[in-house]
Amino acid sequence: MAKSNIAIELINVDKHFGAVHANDKVNLSVESGTIHGIVGENGAGKSTLMSILYGFYQADSGQIKVFDKDFRATSSRQSIEAGIGMVHQHFMLVDNFTVLENVILGSEGGALITQSLANARIELTRLAKEYGLEVELDIAVEELSVGMQQRVEILKGLYKGARVLILDEPTGVLTPQESDELFRIFEALKNQGVTIILITHKLREIMNITDHVSVMRAGKMVAHRETSKTNPEELAELMIGRKVLLNIKKSKAKSGKALLIAKNLEILNEQGLKRVTEVNFEARSGEILGIAGVTGNGQGSLLKALAGILPLSKGSIEIMGQTITPEIHLNPKQLRELGVAHVPEDRQKMGMIAEFSASETALLGYHNDKEINQGVWLKRSSVKTNCESLMQAFDVRPSNPNLLSSNFSGGNQQKLILAREFERDPEVLIIGQPTRGVDIGAIEFIRKRIIEMRDAGKAIILISVELEEIMSLSDRIIVMCDGEITGTVDAKDANEATLGMMMANALQPQDEPKGVKL
Amino acid sequence: MSDFFLTSVLTLDASVRVCVPLIFAAMAGLFAERSGVVDIGLEGKLLMSAFVAASAASVFGSPWLGLIAGMFASAVLAMIHGFASITYKGNQIVSGVAINILASGLTMILTLAWFKRGGITPTLQGEERFLSITLPGVDIIDHIPILGVIYRELISGHNILVYLAFAIVPVVWWVVYRTRFGLRLRAVGENPKAVDTAGLSVEGLRYRALLIGGILCGIGGAYLSTAYNAQFTKEMTAGGGFIALAALIFGKWHPYKVLAACFLFAFLQALAIRLQGVIIPGVGEIPVQLIDATPYILTIILLAGFIGKAVPPKASAQPYIKEL
Repeated sequence: MAKSNIAIELINVDKHFGAVHANDKVNLSVESGTIHGIVGENGAGKSTLMSILYGFYQADSGQIKVFDKDFRATSSRQSIEAGIGMVHQHFMLVDNFTVLENVILGSEGGALITQSLANARIELTRLAKEYGLEVELDIAVEELSVGMQQRVEILKGLYKGARVLILDEPTGVLTPQESDELFRIFEALKNQGVTIILITHKLREIMNITDHVSVMRAGKMVAHRETSKTNPEELAELMIGRKVLLNIKKSKAKSGKALLIAKNLEILNEQGLKRVTEVNFEARSGEILGIAGVTGNGQGSLLKALAGILPLSKGSIEIMGQTITPEIHLNPKQLRELGVAHVPEDRQKMGMIAEFSASETALLGYHNDKEINQGVWLKRSSVKTNCESLMQAFDVRPSNPNLLSSNFSGGNQQKLILAREFERDPEVLIIGQPTRGVDIGAIEFIRKRIIEMRDAGKAIILISVELEEIMSLSDRIIVMCDGEITGTVDAKDANEATLGMMMANALQPQDEPKGVKL
Repeated sequence: MSDFFLTSVLTLDASVRVCVPLIFAAMAGLFAERSGVVDIGLEGKLLMSAFVAASAASVFGSPWLGLIAGMFASAVLAMIHGFASITYKGNQIVSGVAINILASGLTMILTLAWFKRGGITPTLQGEERFLSITLPGVDIIDHIPILGVIYRELISGHNILVYLAFAIVPVVWWVVYRTRFGLRLRAVGENPKAVDTAGLSVEGLRYRALLIGGILCGIGGAYLSTAYNAQFTKEMTAGGGFIALAALIFGKWHPYKVLAACFLFAFLQALAIRLQGVIIPGVGEIPVQLIDATPYILTIILLAGFIGKAVPPKASAQPYIKEL
């Protein structure tokens, strides 16, 4: 296949969702047999654009050519037939189906499935060999690791004859090692002539593996570059339209006394499953303690226990002079009164109520404050001024307290929640995923505020699945895997490789780098 | 001893007959819920088809025409449920309850309008209803002790719909687990997005599942009024649709297990009838209501997690709204 061939060409593709102009006359051309990156902030229109290509949405206007043929898809079926496969950010797999069943779904090739399954088995074995995509075929996908589930998604595309594979934020749920493995697969696919479109917001990935990169901002395609002729700073600037500080400068931490001491914690989740075992750490004033780990390794339950949502089943937490044990439980309200603030991981479900106005979201948890609560009625004027002052302090836009919480962008919702928790001047801050689904401009703002709180002498516990975030903010880092602490590192000695190994609990004692104690 | 044996066989025989509408309704519910649509309107569909089947059988003098009319009526209700909950993404429970209320009211009004009687249809005579079939060889096997009684009372002597009910269960199993439609059906109830991104129509699959369910439910309703009984009477389903729903949960949405649950619940009902007024030494009279309530109690115990775990299809009760 000649390298100069164009696999995908988009000409003036336009798409509105109500008042939102998701794609504004987008042009893109992707060379066949290359890896093409598309970067942009959340909400820049990357996913919408790819969903149009995959037939999930239809463009309002514009032209699409796939391998020089005019293309217009009204369902994913036409895209699959044209040779386009897509691996979505949230996998499109049926959890209780086997790998084999998942792969043939929609391309069974006959009314009875026994024969289809037998044929698929042969074809998948061949594909697995050709691309190094080995995966057990008769296991239910819910039993597979996330990395393996992603392989199934890729195999699904290849089995259906994809010559162009679109991957939407594929590394979001992977450990660094799993990501490297994925990039190795990309190379194998590329060598076989498969075209790959990679959607991501991680500039490092773009720089490492793509041949070309296109940048989207606010629905528009703002730049196309050859990867070898650009750099992360330029891309970041193109993404948000101004210069950004990717690495926030911070002074050395002035650690004080321990405000929160966790000893031998064991925590069961809401379903009664043990999610945290034998966890010990302390959080000191003037310091950010980062807790790293791949999603679902017990950090969520730990966060909830620290915030008083889940009880302890073993161990104790000393916090601001009080001790929490399995017998003595402090609920979130009591903890809040002690000076513990909690920013939950999932802002949509726990941080706010989407159908409430911003002013109501801004007082959740503090609704019994004297200046707001007058016994029976809330004092409307205080509710409003409370929200206005929080909005001003954290630059929440639009600064309208009467707007529904769900009408704010992710970044502004998060800023409002952070404002609510930070402005009460707590002593201990427990923060989960502060910048998940937040645009770069807001990320910068939020991280600066967290560091300001540290410098004001607060003890901060930061739980994040973004290694980059953990590394740029934390002073000390603990890594969790499968509910246990698999490593404790001083931030200045941390590097991505070591942390990644700890996240997979694959660090052998002889690999132990200097400054790491296990 | 032989008296007790005969009583047991007769109770089982009654269970078989009570079981039939439960099987049809539960299999109907199985298709709907496997596709991700909760079908609380089984009761209404049973009732409507019982009424329409009895009316048609009476007017045309043929149980077969009654059966077809009943299936059609039930399928129409299923499509209304689909229109509200699939096309318009309404709340499936609300739509199902509405169908139950609609069926309950409509059957009453129509008996008055068509037959000038409140809540009943004319009694079906002779060939107007499904009659029992005597299987070949009853006379020969009858001489064998035990087996003879079982064959004569339990296996032979039912009408065609009874045999159809038991035959349909393996067919349902085969459709659900061995065909392309079944694979897609199971997928759409677990993760409709996976189905959509595979280029298949979520709505089309759900409508087809509801249509099959409507037809099956129609057979169950027709059985009640043209085979088990010889006329439609007001609220004659007496909660059968809800018991079928309980059996569906109790059988964990698996055809054979659901069949077993239907039979268990039917047996309890037959037992309740048999034990009416009977005084058991040392215990006294067993309240019939307690036995009647047992299916629901068992289902609640199951749902509370005491006997295994009932995990419904993941997407059930959620209308599919296309978004990223």
